[in-house]
Amino acid sequence: MNPAALVPAVPATDPLYAHGVGLAVLLIVLIKVVVVFGALMVAVMLMIWFERKVISDMQSRIGPNRAGPFGIMQTLADGIKLFFKEDLIPERSDRFVFKLAPYLTIIPAFLAFAIVPIGGEVTVAGHTFELQLADPPMGILFLLAMSSIAVYGIMLAGWSSGSKYPLLGSVRASAQMISYEAALGLTVVTVVLVTGSLSTRSIVDAQALHFWQWNAIRLGVIPFLIFFAAVVAETNRPPFDLVEAESELVGGFHTEYSSIRFALFFLAEFMNTITMSAITVTLFFGGPDGPVPHIPHLYWLWPILWFLGKTIVFLFVFVWLRAALPRMRYDQLMDLGWKRLIPLSLGWMLIVAGFLVDGWWGVAMAAATVVGGVLIARAFSVGAAREEDRAILPPVGVRVWRRPGDPASAGPEGGDGR
Amino acid sequence: MIATLLLVHLPAVLAVASHPSTVDVSVFAVASAIVLAGGVGVVVARNPVHAALMLVMTLFGVAVLFVLQRDDFLAAVQVIVYAGAIVVLFLFVIMFLGVDKEENLRVEPLRGQRPVAVALGLLALVGTLVLGSVSHWTTGAHAVSGPADAPGGNVALLGRSVFTTYLFPFEVTAALLVIAVVGAVVLARRPPATRPEGSPGAAAMPVPGSGEGGAEDADEGAPADAEAHPGTGAGEPDGTGEPDTAEKAPAAAGAAGATGQAAPDVTDAAQAAEGVAR
Repeated sequence: MNPAALVPAVPATDPLYAHGVGLAVLLIVLIKVVVVFGALMVAVMLMIWFERKVISDMQSRIGPNRAGPFGIMQTLADGIKLFFKEDLIPERSDRFVFKLAPYLTIIPAFLAFAIVPIGGEVTVAGHTFELQLADPPMGILFLLAMSSIAVYGIMLAGWSSGSKYPLLGSVRASAQMISYEAALGLTVVTVVLVTGSLSTRSIVDAQALHFWQWNAIRLGVIPFLIFFAAVVAETNRPPFDLVEAESELVGGFHTEYSSIRFALFFLAEFMNTITMSAITVTLFFGGPDGPVPHIPHLYWLWPILWFLGKTIVFLFVFVWLRAALPRMRYDQLMDLGWKRLIPLSLGWMLIVAGFLVDGWWGVAMAAATVVGGVLIARAFSVGAAREEDRAILPPVGVRVWRRPGDPASAGPEGGDGR
Repeated sequence: MIATLLLVHLPAVLAVASHPSTVDVSVFAVASAIVLAGGVGVVVARNPVHAALMLVMTLFGVAVLFVLQRDDFLAAVQVIVYAGAIVVLFLFVIMFLGVDKEENLRVEPLRGQRPVAVALGLLALVGTLVLGSVSHWTTGAHAVSGPADAPGGNVALLGRSVFTTYLFPFEVTAALLVIAVVGAVVLARRPPATRPEGSPGAAAMPVPGSGEGGAEDADEGAPADAEAHPGTGAGEPDGTGEPDTAEKAPAAAGAAGATGQAAPDVTDAAQAAEGVAR
């Protein structure tokens, strides 16, 4: 994988490069990269601690409380421990791919954060730059590209383990991530339509100043809800964590991993959670937008605080979902994705596009969506009625399949003499 | 990791820092090396999964080349569609069918195909070079419909061309894809199982209009299903049954369709499809 693949040849909006590249500019880029990297690592550490603490609070437990104040260093201790664990590679594994897979998971997780606008503009020593690692013209497509690359890590991890349960987990993972990517993309399209640009900075700027300009409100709440559901599925978090369903698949795709490779998968998962929260804030909640009090020299701080605050809200929602909801069944997951979220997001996209052209077009599109929705619902109910009779597993507690209300098939052998 | 994040910026910095042509040439050289190495790897790799990964590498190289042409939209789409969807489906099928075994490359299924391939490749290379240098096929222009760094960028340009000048080809392509998907689903989903002695509606295809009739047939076949399936269902550790298969139908469509046509009993076809999906 080559991350340079997604680099804009000409930085479009970041004024940093307009003056040519001097040492100072290079230094600024370097500092940005190092700061984002470090901040993400620390954020992951805190996120794991936060999740464990919140979950234990919700379950009336104490949670980590030994390492550091409030157990805040617990993750660091776990990380150090994992470094010194034995690194096992199964005999039947594909060694190269087995070693490659954790990196394929974690690199997209890191890179996707590059397009998130963290704050406003800052001027340091005559150089004005945006608090954002990169603002490529392809903007939000970069996120979609990275999330489609993230599939590989999990898929290959499961396959290369040369073992049954990881393979099942990775097959589930890739099917799930591909399915929900469609709904994810379609809701992103509504945001792009209403903004008129792909760049994340433009998306944030278009939502500035008033909270009713935020896309979550301006687009109707539906796209935001679909997006968030798709994001939860995309990050394989509960209630969509069938990929690593302990009760069915031992540990899913990472069953055979140990030591630091195992830690890398978890680093990537939490990194993805943070990135996706930040992206949700960017796309639907105005990013760093919020009231800025007039305090000299601290004008740059408030947008960052707003951004962090909003992101933490969504991080909490991620944890909350894990504590509150049971894991879905696989067919429920696929039903939700294909039969509900994708048609709904498609219809909503049509409505938004219609209203952008003209009010009457919007009404027409809404009507078309309703008609299409009714047709699809009818088709689903017909299909479901057919599926019921073809259920592979007989219902629990009934030894012989019998049709309700049909005495002919009520015999012990199924009634047809076979 | 820091180095990776830095790489995001590197070409942008270089592009402005030094003479553009040197940067262009060096990026082109590196990207071409990636593309070529990936392409050779696809052919040489013994394991189909490795070959698919090499294909991903090639696609990334092509994406870099798109970026070099200032078409970063196409680069992103290249990664999303080809690397993110199509090769993933390749891998899917490879994993499902269990063909991810090392192959002996010395066995030639078609005799003499290698010399012919080399000869055709050389012919294509020479032809391209000759046409490029002699004729007017290469103009050297970076864009045909306007400057790529115009306001709105090439996304706007691309959108305008696709929805005005090239609207008909675009829509026809869309229709083609829809037809392919519908065909795959129809092939993969055989009519509901019926008794071997056969009821009149046994061969009814699952068309939307015949909902009641199809359900009726399925009723007739239900006991047979219940008998036939527990064996397969119990052997399936993740406990996902038919819906699972149905959702993955497009991926496994070709294989399932082929098996289904060969199998006389429809229940067998369903089992075959399930095996593929597993």
